[in-house]
Amino acid sequence: MPGPKTTYGIIAQFETPAALMSAAEKVRESGFRKWDVFTPYPVHGMDKAMGLKNSKVGWFSFLGGCSGYTLGMLMIWWMNKVNYPVVIGGKPMFSPFSAFPPSYELTILLGSFGSLLGMLFLNRLPRLHHPLLKHRRFALASHDGLFLVIESADQKYSEVETRKLLESLGSRQIELVEE
Amino acid sequence: MAQTVANIPVKAPPAGLEREPMVSNQRSPGWISDAIAGVIEGKTPVWWWRAFIPSIIMLTIMTGMILYLVSTGVGVWGPGHPVMWGWAIVNFVWWIGIGHAGTLISAILFLLRQKWRTSINRAAEAMTIFAVMCAGIYPLIHVGRVWFGWWLFPIPNDHDIWPQFRSPLMWDVFAVSTYFTVSVLFWYMGLIPDLAVMRDRASTKIRKFAYGFFALGWTGSNRHWSNYEKAYLILAGLSTPLVLSVHSIVSLDFSVSQLPGWHTTIFPPYFVAGAVFSGFGMVLSLLIPLRTLLNLEEIITLRHVELMCKVTLATGSIVGYAYGMEFFIAWYSGNPNERYTFIDRATGQYWWAYLTMVTCNVVVPQFFWFKRIRRNMLVVFILSIFVNIGMWFERFVIVVQSLHHDFIPANWGYFRPTWVDILTFLGTFGLFFTMFLLFLRFLPMIAIAEVKGVTPQADPHHPLGGAKPGGHH
Repeated sequence: MPGPKTTYGIIAQFETPAALMSAAEKVRESGFRKWDVFTPYPVHGMDKAMGLKNSKVGWFSFLGGCSGYTLGMLMIWWMNKVNYPVVIGGKPMFSPFSAFPPSYELTILLGSFGSLLGMLFLNRLPRLHHPLLKHRRFALASHDGLFLVIESADQKYSEVETRKLLESLGSRQIELVEE
Repeated sequence: MAQTVANIPVKAPPAGLEREPMVSNQRSPGWISDAIAGVIEGKTPVWWWRAFIPSIIMLTIMTGMILYLVSTGVGVWGPGHPVMWGWAIVNFVWWIGIGHAGTLISAILFLLRQKWRTSINRAAEAMTIFAVMCAGIYPLIHVGRVWFGWWLFPIPNDHDIWPQFRSPLMWDVFAVSTYFTVSVLFWYMGLIPDLAVMRDRASTKIRKFAYGFFALGWTGSNRHWSNYEKAYLILAGLSTPLVLSVHSIVSLDFSVSQLPGWHTTIFPPYFVAGAVFSGFGMVLSLLIPLRTLLNLEEIITLRHVELMCKVTLATGSIVGYAYGMEFFIAWYSGNPNERYTFIDRATGQYWWAYLTMVTCNVVVPQFFWFKRIRRNMLVVFILSIFVNIGMWFERFVIVVQSLHHDFIPANWGYFRPTWVDILTFLGTFGLFFTMFLLFLRFLPMIAIAEVKGVTPQADPHHPLGGAKPGGHH
């Protein structure tokens, strides 16, 4: 054994989404910062209960979309008008109308990459290791388990007081998670 | 939880206004996981092998036909003067159209908050991806000299000439490749939480590693869900204009050319409606047998099938309207060539193809007005097959009939497919079903997390989700 194990945090299981949500409200009101809830499906209203701000993913999609459109228009203009113009059917070398469909598709393509990669970036995924994924009950979080986890890194964390708080919120399954 | 639930009276809506629940029998989230993941975890059923082996054989035939085509030349196919576009384009348009239902279900119905889509979107998206794969083969091989296929992409050729973007064919390259890529992204993103389900249930090390690798370390954290749901919404918002543009651009391949029968402004909306129509036909053909074979009747309920029938009826009627409008405009335009083409379409040498098309696409969906028919799985299954056949004939009529009578009678001809045409087309079904059966075996065919999310047990404001009467929660 290489040294004593440190505690990652405290995990509490709740029975219903409503109980989890009111617990989340209380935990937020108590001033905790490093905590999270884990659910098999997104619980609607939980963002508000946890006090989360609107997700920033949209900015990544916007950036992707704008660069896709610009890239498409510039690419077609440069290829067909600047680098190697060829007269075809007397049509203009560059027209924003005929260049629009490919640019439109590129807007969507890069916008979509922006959303997916932006989501992964904001969530710091992919992640190869997580202390919770080793916890024996935590596999239920993808099945039907509803969990609330407060990390020991939180300034307000105290092994005794935090446990008491979670007990008072109605959780009957409270355990420590090792790092 | 059981006691609290029993004590709370749930106010029922007025009689006749109740909606059938998304998941029958008030199944719990855990049951949903077990039922869907059980499909993959159980022993491979015999019917799966009975379907898989013929699919592999057909896939092999397709590969053989493509090798024969590439090594001999496009002359092994039927197209020749004046019908220079034959089955390759018919099949391309047909397969691409099939894909559209998947995106409609996953994106448009999501934006319209049609929660019933959650039971069918995963399988429909898989269908989209595999259908676009089948479609994507044709543009590549129909050019004949496939080794020049890279000329389609914005890469300078050996004379340093770039592809020219004034042609709709170049737009098509961008539309179809974007469609495929974005469909895969959307599908994969939906799969991430479900791959985590499979990882957490895995009983063997290999499974745990494989599902865990692709689940990217998903934990179900609400901070993650928050970003995830936003990204999913944006992807749905991006896929909606995408799917409408793809078949519009495919239709521009035809309508930008100045050929009677092709050169019409109705083509983009008409093609999109037809695509969604044919795609729903295929979704019904696939899911009706599967819901029984995989014991998923409580998740893909009769209500789901019924709703899909209604979409088929609506889009089929739009297609019927478009057929009528084409004839009206041909007469109203006063253009003799246009009039001639449409009279020839209905009464000329290809009258049989036109009749099949109208019967299958306009008459058949009208049966879906009747509730008794919509709830009879065998009848719906048979009608959905007719929809698929009808839409194939629509593309055949548009491509072949419009071309076979050129402007001068000396340039008239009659198109016949060769055995290579037929076997290549049948072979694409091998590719499609091989991919689809592998998907059924290795990935959850229903979006587990999403279906859980639409059950009343998952709603913190519903008594089954633990909400107390009158209180905030």
